[in-house]
Amino acid sequence: MVDTRLEEKFQEKIDADIRIEPKDWMPAKYRQTLIRQISQHAHSEIVGMLPEGNWIGRAPTLKRKATLIAKVQDEAGHGLYLYSAAETLGITRDEMIEQLHSGKAKYSSIFNYPTLTWADMGAIGWLVDGAAIINQVPICRCSHGPYARAMVRICKEESFHQRQGFEILLTLSKGSAQQQAMCQDAINRWWWPSVMMFGPGDDASPNSAQSMRWKIKRFSNDELRQRFVDMCAEQVKILGMKLPDPELKWNETKQQYDFGAIDWEEFKNVINGNGPCNKERLAARIKAHEEGAWVREAAVAYAQKKNHQQHMASALPAL
Amino acid sequence: MQAFAKKYLYGDYGDKENAGSNTDPHSAKPPANEWPLWEVFIRSKQGLDHKHAGSLHAADAKMAIENARDVYTRRQEGVSIWVVESIYIHASNPDDAESLYDPANDKVYRHPTFYELPDELKHM
Repeated sequence: MVDTRLEEKFQEKIDADIRIEPKDWMPAKYRQTLIRQISQHAHSEIVGMLPEGNWIGRAPTLKRKATLIAKVQDEAGHGLYLYSAAETLGITRDEMIEQLHSGKAKYSSIFNYPTLTWADMGAIGWLVDGAAIINQVPICRCSHGPYARAMVRICKEESFHQRQGFEILLTLSKGSAQQQAMCQDAINRWWWPSVMMFGPGDDASPNSAQSMRWKIKRFSNDELRQRFVDMCAEQVKILGMKLPDPELKWNETKQQYDFGAIDWEEFKNVINGNGPCNKERLAARIKAHEEGAWVREAAVAYAQKKNHQQHMASALPAL
Repeated sequence: MQAFAKKYLYGDYGDKENAGSNTDPHSAKPPANEWPLWEVFIRSKQGLDHKHAGSLHAADAKMAIENARDVYTRRQEGVSIWVVESIYIHASNPDDAESLYDPANDKVYRHPTFYELPDELKHM
């Protein structure tokens, strides 16, 4: 009985665009939805370091290597901002990591694709980070204070990622015939997975309505996806390349691009663990965690030893 | 009713998800090997206050400061970093906000606009 009154007051705050902060009362489902969304967002950032980390050792120039390292470091930081936001909701870091490793928690499907050539670095920066930006900017104004603030930090850093990627493709597009072909090939492989990053269509998205009412989600999947397609359809012209969609066409009446059907079977497969790199990605994360255990334990042992020494020193009577 | 009576320290919520862990906030303790949680405050420029930037895990204060530098000042956003273990942050209960701040609500004489003074009076 008390709960319905609390829920009403909560919804009033949401409707008035008042931010919900960590110690505020919130419906259990709101808390659970956010824990799931924020932690999976964090996992995506961390797992997202793997496909790009793959090419650090083979970047064609020192400048490319430095910028790629900086981008991958940024992704680590983004994961940390998000884990930090999730922890304010009552879940611990260890629990989130356990959920990722056990397969209970998901991460963005896009990172289950392999990076086959250097051009993939460009395609990821342009398309994947581009899609992420479109998704993330609205969340800067979501109802949950810590999540919104983490998003603001992330968005500030994300635009360098997209520009870095586009610049790589631009350079390739002005290069040799082989480089141009490599550029087009990467775009061909990363386009549809990027379009799928926005999730299922609005009618196939049952949780969306509640998320919108709670202002966790500010725009529908289809709206954001349309924005992405319209943006990239223009940008690809500057590269002199094509998006691999024969049905992509400007619709004069709707003032937006029509585009082809998405293969949702592929999306479902990848999200359920059967994508090209799912096993590899998870194995890499588990390995890193297990092999790093001695570092974590050593740090704790060292801190305890220092603490003990200080106690002993202050306990000794002055002579 | 219970929700109003409990006293929460920031950072000691139990996990409401069925992750199989202890859901009692007062006995929720991280496992012995997990590094404690620290809150990070950054002064971005001389003359400004430290602002809360977020949290991170570290084994001790020195590591917490280094990690805070790595995560929260990658683009020179800080000249000074404070770190405090989250368990040492004490916070007011937002549900008490009304009664906690009520004494200030009717003391309008604390605001400059309460005092009517002649227009000819300058510099005040």
